[in-house]
Amino acid sequence: MLEVEGLVAGYGGTEILHAVSLKVAHGQSVCLIGANGAGKTTLLRTLAGLIRPTAGRIFFDGADITNLSTSARLSRGLALVPEGRRVFAPMTVEENLEMGAFRRLWPRRAQGVASDRDMVFALFPRLAERRRQAAGLLSGGEQQMLAIGRALMGRPRLLLLDEPSMGLAPKVVQEIFATIRRLNAEGMSLLIAEQNASMALRSAAHGYVLAEGAVVRDGAGADLLHDDGVRAAYLGL
Amino acid sequence: MQTTTALLQVLSSGIGTGAVYALVALGFNVVFKSTGAMNFAQGEWVVMGGMVTALLIGTFSSVGLAVVAAVVLVGVVGLLSERLTVQPLKRPDALVITLVTIGLSIVSRSLVMLVLGKKPVGYAGFSGNTALSFGGVSIQSQTLWIIAITLAFLVVMHAFFERTILGKALRAAAADREAAAIVGVNVGSTVLLSFGIAALAGALAGAIVTPLTLASYDQGAIFGFKGFSAAMLGGLGSLPGAVVGGLALGLLEAFGSFYISSDFKDAIAFAVLLLILFVRPSGLLGRADIVKV
Repeated sequence: MLEVEGLVAGYGGTEILHAVSLKVAHGQSVCLIGANGAGKTTLLRTLAGLIRPTAGRIFFDGADITNLSTSARLSRGLALVPEGRRVFAPMTVEENLEMGAFRRLWPRRAQGVASDRDMVFALFPRLAERRRQAAGLLSGGEQQMLAIGRALMGRPRLLLLDEPSMGLAPKVVQEIFATIRRLNAEGMSLLIAEQNASMALRSAAHGYVLAEGAVVRDGAGADLLHDDGVRAAYLGL
Repeated sequence: MQTTTALLQVLSSGIGTGAVYALVALGFNVVFKSTGAMNFAQGEWVVMGGMVTALLIGTFSSVGLAVVAAVVLVGVVGLLSERLTVQPLKRPDALVITLVTIGLSIVSRSLVMLVLGKKPVGYAGFSGNTALSFGGVSIQSQTLWIIAITLAFLVVMHAFFERTILGKALRAAAADREAAAIVGVNVGSTVLLSFGIAALAGALAGAIVTPLTLASYDQGAIFGFKGFSAAMLGGLGSLPGAVVGGLALGLLEAFGSFYISSDFKDAIAFAVLLLILFVRPSGLLGRADIVKV
């Protein structure tokens, strides 16, 4: 579904990703682990179209999307749940979800936005209870649910999740990952960047280890979980 | 009895001026929300609104049509201004945009002078230069027009920002540019749109106030300054703040001129601006600044 070949990207003149290649198959859950500053966020932002790569190719469903805008990638089914959630704080929960469907509401109003919103509310009942509250007043866990819900409103087929566990209590992290696994079980392809490596590897079919902007290891989630090098470096075991 | 009448008279003229300041302040706030910058060309659009209306009245022979055409034209000027000066910026941060708008205001003023002339222009009020009497209080009919048109514009703006997907996209981009880009909003277009709306609001203010004040190419700075003070007073970036700040400034000026001297009218806005910066920099309705890291 997603194929990345030799991606080079960075900010200004600073190169952060050095020829990164990876793959996500249809319906697969792939995780990306690595220390802070390894380039996980840069990679996901480049995949979402927020940063233009200086070299390399990105293929989505076989088509080259390297030079497409974020908006065009959304239309093809690629959505990002950004690091730090970044909900629209002064806007209500409902408005945040509506913005997630922006591509489908502007310039022409498409069908099914309201029923998608009800689907998100069914997935996260707590959001339904707070639908008219300002997003900035939600708890961290609820904001993460909202950020995921907002991305789902674009009807993605591949969801890019950047640090969904960041700053959340363990119980809330469990809850979020349960939902992520459920989405995957229903057919959603996933690429999850996580510092919480054990949690991420346990729920992913395949894992990539990123260090200093390059892929240093990759393998089945379960294998990496039991790999001594990975355990020492990223799992603190 | 006489004083009550006089006070009501001052009150009504203060509300009329305040409504005009509110429109100018709304322009400041819309651009501030989308860019974080102060748009110093805002006052020039007020002047253009009045002068272009004056020019078009001959052609259209209807004040209403001339006002609508002038406001739309100046709105286009606002869009063009953004495309020509802000959009090409390589690093469009707030300070750079603010500096660019200072240049834009100077260029706009010169162009207005060259194209529309140096002579102050004016036209009759929308119901002629009549005054209505309410139990001894005489109010210019144009003042009522100003209040009604401002109210209508505010209602339309409110509906735009709260009800339409485009208005919500503008609010979303103001809240978090990156997140707006992530959901597919073209953030550059929201900046363009905000300049267009600011120009519309400014031009409307100029078109409705000119029957009372005349319009001249060199008034932009003072209109901009008043609108800026009103925006600061109400709270930068807050749309209700523009209304509260505009009305408060208009009333302060009216009562200040009445009790002290009309020579101090402009000084009052300056005093208000200083006071608000000393005492409550976030404005009456603004929230304290949250420093982003």
